[in-house]
Amino acid sequence: MSLTTAQPTDPGPGPGNPRRELRSGSLPRYFPPALLASSAAVIAGVLLAFSSFGFVLWGVLTALAYTVIAVAASTRIEGGRKAKDRLVTALVYLCFTLAMLPLVSVLWTVLGNGLARFDGYFLSVSMNGVLPGMDAGGAYHAIVGTLAITGLATLISVPVGVMTAVYLVEYARGRMKRAIMFFVDVMTGIPSIVAGLFVVALWILLFGPGATNGAAGAISLAVLMIPVVVRSGEEMLRLVPQDLREASYALGVPKWRTITKVVLPTSAAGLTTGIMLAIARVIGETAPLILTAGSSAVSINWHLFDGQMMSLPVFIYSQVRMGGAVNYERAWAAALTLILVVMLLFFLARMIGRLFAPKSR
Amino acid sequence: MTTTDAPTVAPPPKGRRRIGDVVFAGLARGSGLLILVILAGVAAFLIVQAWPSLAANTANFITDRSWDANVRENPAFGVGSLAFGTVLAAAIALLLATPVAIGIALFIVYYAPRRLAALLGYLVDLLAAIPSVVYGLWGIGFLAPQLVPVYEGLARNLGWIPLFAGPASTSARTILTAGIVLAVMILPIITAMSRDVFHQVPQGHREAALAMGATRWEMIRLAVLPFGKSGIVGGAMLGMGRALGETMAVAMILSPSLAISWNLLQSGNQTIAGHIALQYPEATGYGVSALIAAGLVLFAITLVVNMGARYIVARGNKES
Repeated sequence: MSLTTAQPTDPGPGPGNPRRELRSGSLPRYFPPALLASSAAVIAGVLLAFSSFGFVLWGVLTALAYTVIAVAASTRIEGGRKAKDRLVTALVYLCFTLAMLPLVSVLWTVLGNGLARFDGYFLSVSMNGVLPGMDAGGAYHAIVGTLAITGLATLISVPVGVMTAVYLVEYARGRMKRAIMFFVDVMTGIPSIVAGLFVVALWILLFGPGATNGAAGAISLAVLMIPVVVRSGEEMLRLVPQDLREASYALGVPKWRTITKVVLPTSAAGLTTGIMLAIARVIGETAPLILTAGSSAVSINWHLFDGQMMSLPVFIYSQVRMGGAVNYERAWAAALTLILVVMLLFFLARMIGRLFAPKSR
Repeated sequence: MTTTDAPTVAPPPKGRRRIGDVVFAGLARGSGLLILVILAGVAAFLIVQAWPSLAANTANFITDRSWDANVRENPAFGVGSLAFGTVLAAAIALLLATPVAIGIALFIVYYAPRRLAALLGYLVDLLAAIPSVVYGLWGIGFLAPQLVPVYEGLARNLGWIPLFAGPASTSARTILTAGIVLAVMILPIITAMSRDVFHQVPQGHREAALAMGATRWEMIRLAVLPFGKSGIVGGAMLGMGRALGETMAVAMILSPSLAISWNLLQSGNQTIAGHIALQYPEATGYGVSALIAAGLVLFAITLVVNMGARYIVARGNKES
């Protein structure tokens, strides 16, 4: 163990008295930020002087310079153990920065490329009658499809998901409970394309080959959405204090009335949050919809059981597959629309969760 | 959970159960059973629809590398090369994402300023909120062009390693690019699982290490990492399950192909999920059935990986 190196009674190999050795040798608190700022500034200056400034290069060199100098200084002044600690600290900060890069980059490129075509016209017209290469057309039919398909998927999965959560928390016990919880977890891991293939297989049996419609897409999304609703619902129902249930039982209220009148209303905010996060998750699903709802619809279709239905994610994909410059512009604008919808759901969910959550004791 | 089993609640008098209770309990139980039915149904319907093509297949389905399935008779197809591409892409993603995800989790739990920690964790969660098709668009429209010079540099300087042998693809639409995008997508999953388990490390363990004079890193190495091992492994496996089944990013970045190649800088590999998405619109004859068979393989692989991950996580929770 290297933990027992500093023993005050041992004079040690170093010069001077042990008290000084204990206190001496630590870099000041302002050292890391000061070093980071100065190395960033110096490297920016050098790069600008050679007129080869690039943000990636700048970031990489700054991180490298900071790490090397900090570890070297720390080894000299503080000793090996502290130096290792500083190295790991630098690496951990670097990891987080590394994770933020793609987030910022995705949002930035989508915003930058999508704004060109993101306007009222794009949001209000479909692709009906738009020939390849024509500078026209929009995503209205895809927005309609996304609303209809996601809406039906929500209608299917919310009752099933919430009731399963009620069953797991209020009724189930023993092996049955453990089995369902385990398989709900497993179900969260089903690849989305497999959920799509499942509905394709089911639809072939029911309606014969080649039947694609919005309802099929909604069912495949529901398969992906149910486990998410169950997991979040389960957590929320567990947060309801046991006292509330007991108070209700003590008044002679039957169990099912207790659940519908006490437990579910108490956890309503949490359940809503979970459901909105689940919607945010499936609204961007693409693969199952390509298989089930088709990828070539161009006109506005509100009818879930009648023919192909476009949706925003599939719209992005099919435009990219066409590959022209106009197609890419449409894809970016649709991506911006989709991200705005998802982010809106995400933030609303967090707001509801924060504002209306039952106060835990 | 024993707190919710409510042992203190008096059962209704025997003999007369209220009708509402019976109906409601039945509905709840039915929903629970429906989950099991759906999962069984996924497996059953895939098998039923995959069977015709598997029975008629003239090639070895597991090892063959061709895909001549869009015919009316004597199809010959196999998932050999696709399975290889799937595992390779997932392995790249896992190798890139796991160390970074552990670093992020450590940062959020132990390094970030207390007040900011929740906000920063939320930012990482935002990575999971971005739809996969947007990642695909970003990968093909932004990342790939940026990576072309990097790949050329890799091929020039590290070309003696077979993985990086040149000449590098001029469009950078290769399995390595797909792996990088997949790594970004699974980052929040691994981070979330690691964070959860790091939060559970008993305060006593950490304080004991610090009291012995350990630095923060030594505290993490001695108290946190041994405790969190199962959570990290489970999280990594969950991330791998996601990477194995991820479709859109791969389908948009890689072009249709059936080659097996260890070369990360050249196009040629394709994954099962990407193959299904790309081939489905053109499938005729035995084609759809064959793609369903490929999906069945994917389903089986991810099922095993996910069950393994859940088992490891559950076992870790029990030990602690």
